[in-house]
Amino acid sequence: MAFLNSMPSAVTQGIIWGIMAIGVYLTFKILDVADLTVDGSFATGGAVLVVMVTSGQNLYLAMFCAFLAGCLAGLATGIFHTKFGIPAILAGILTQLSLYSINLRIQSDMANIPLSYMKYKYPITLRNITPSMIICAVIAVCLIAILYWFFGTELGHSLRVTGSNQSMARANGINTDTNKIIGIVLSNGIVALSGGILSQYQGFCDVNMGRGAIVIGLAAVIIGDVIFGKIFQNFALKLLATVFGGVIYYIVITVVLNLGMKANDLKLFSALVVAVFLAIPYWRAKIRQRFHKPQNANVSQEKKEAAENA
Amino acid sequence: MLEVKGLYKTFNAGSVNEKKALNGVDLTLNNGDFVTVIGGNGAGKSTLLNMIAGVYPVDSGSISIDGTDVTKLSEHKRAKYLGRVFQDPMMGTAADMWLEENLAVANRRGKFRGFGWSISSGERKQFKEMLAKLDLGLENRLTTKVGLLSGGQRQAVTLLMAVMNNPKLLLLDEHTAALDPKTAANVLALSDRFIEEGNLTALMVTHNMRDAIAHGNRLIMMNEGRIILDVRGEDKKKLTVEELLEEFAKLSGSEFANDRALLAN
Ligand SMILES: Nc1ncnc2c1ncn2[C@@H]1O[C@H](COP(=O)(O)OP(=O)(O)OP(=O)(O)O)[C@@H](O)[C@H]1O
Ligand SMILES: [Mg+2]
Repeated sequence: MAFLNSMPSAVTQGIIWGIMAIGVYLTFKILDVADLTVDGSFATGGAVLVVMVTSGQNLYLAMFCAFLAGCLAGLATGIFHTKFGIPAILAGILTQLSLYSINLRIQSDMANIPLSYMKYKYPITLRNITPSMIICAVIAVCLIAILYWFFGTELGHSLRVTGSNQSMARANGINTDTNKIIGIVLSNGIVALSGGILSQYQGFCDVNMGRGAIVIGLAAVIIGDVIFGKIFQNFALKLLATVFGGVIYYIVITVVLNLGMKANDLKLFSALVVAVFLAIPYWRAKIRQRFHKPQNANVSQEKKEAAENA
Repeated sequence: MLEVKGLYKTFNAGSVNEKKALNGVDLTLNNGDFVTVIGGNGAGKSTLLNMIAGVYPVDSGSISIDGTDVTKLSEHKRAKYLGRVFQDPMMGTAADMWLEENLAVANRRGKFRGFGWSISSGERKQFKEMLAKLDLGLENRLTTKVGLLSGGQRQAVTLLMAVMNNPKLLLLDEHTAALDPKTAANVLALSDRFIEEGNLTALMVTHNMRDAIAHGNRLIMMNEGRIILDVRGEDKKKLTVEELLEEFAKLSGSEFANDRALLAN
């Protein structure tokens, strides 16, 4: 019964992390880069929101600023990657590491800061789970609508091309560096926004709240893709699948915790789940290869034969 | 239309892998020139085309297209002057995007990309007409992912994209080399047609000497990063493969060696 009681909270947290996973989707699926900045920018979003609200600023302004702070973090990674020539993963790690210091500065060297519900009466909170769930769902849907519009524009389209085929993108006049920066900026803005939402929901921010965020984000993206990939072809539906992925992930976590898994083992469990789900397409392709010859083999084969004849 | 002066390019300079790919290339193309390019493995043919397209920066020399010095322009900024088809059919199109999306990307080459819609309904009609010209039945597959098309179809689509909005210069780098003979012949015929219809200026690298002779109005031969032979007009029409091989041996002091050419002839 405890298990059923914890479902609404699991779903709400799933939606919040699902919003975060939409950010991960932009980099991982659309730009085809694994951006580890998110572990830092998620906490940055939480820090900015809590510090602003506790210093008397408007909540909605604070959420917007959390988004902007995430954008700045993304900008740093984007510049490290495209202008400094640092591989995307390492660029993300560098920003993530520096964000740890920056987040502590934002939080005035406190590891965590409570956000009193009694005092600030913000709308998304553990204390009112059902309305919180609805608000989070509305935010997710609005975000998906905006992104659906954006990726239907010429600019959004050129971002997709950048992720799909860089040579082709440049040959057709697309500035792939700028596009990568835009994508990483947008992604981290969304991630920080969801960090801000989570800090409201749980009633505090914490410098470590983003640890492993990339893994949870990937889990949501991959679970959404594996389960709904076949039926959800439309871009908006794919983003929705990602949010569903986040919800499913949290439901599974709640179930295994109820089955007696130690909370400290969660990260190990999450990492293994992601590893297995990432491997599925690879294994599938391998099995397929055993039965069919790869298509491109004939080109190199031809070359080899020619060399032998010569 | 194209003016290349004193072009040099060395890869991995100063290391054990140092490779002088271009060794002083001078080349002027007139409006409407269709030049075929032949040469052995590693002669610098692809490098020449890549340098014109801005894939790598030049060591020294200059490149101008239609009177504009593009030597320092980045690859994406030069794209508005160029249409390009690569040897690898995978390289010219975005596999996980729809056919119409790929065409729309090419249709915006050299234009500002803002918040306008990525494809208009007028464009869709136009794309259908263009695809019908390919005679591959693609006009009814606008929303097929390009990755699902065959190599030949993809190469035909890339060609169509390359000639959209009449580029100043068309660069074809062994664009039929990865195709089976029949498909290769089709794509080549298509290239001929587009170049003629659009009165385009083109550089076409090929490993097939017969093709190099049969197509275009001018032929250049490269060896060790230099242009060693430049034949045009009536002289070119009269060329034979034997003469070319002989000429190559005389000018370079070695046998013509190109693995794909051996296979083709
Ligand atoms: N990006 C690169 N980095 C290092 N070396 C390169 C690069 N591109 C080309 N080269 C070298 O430059 C030389 C010229 O190569 P290029 O590809 O231009 O030859 P090609 O005439 O197109 O030959 P092929 O007929 O084999 O296509 C070769 O020795 C090649 O190994
Ligand atoms: Mg080549």
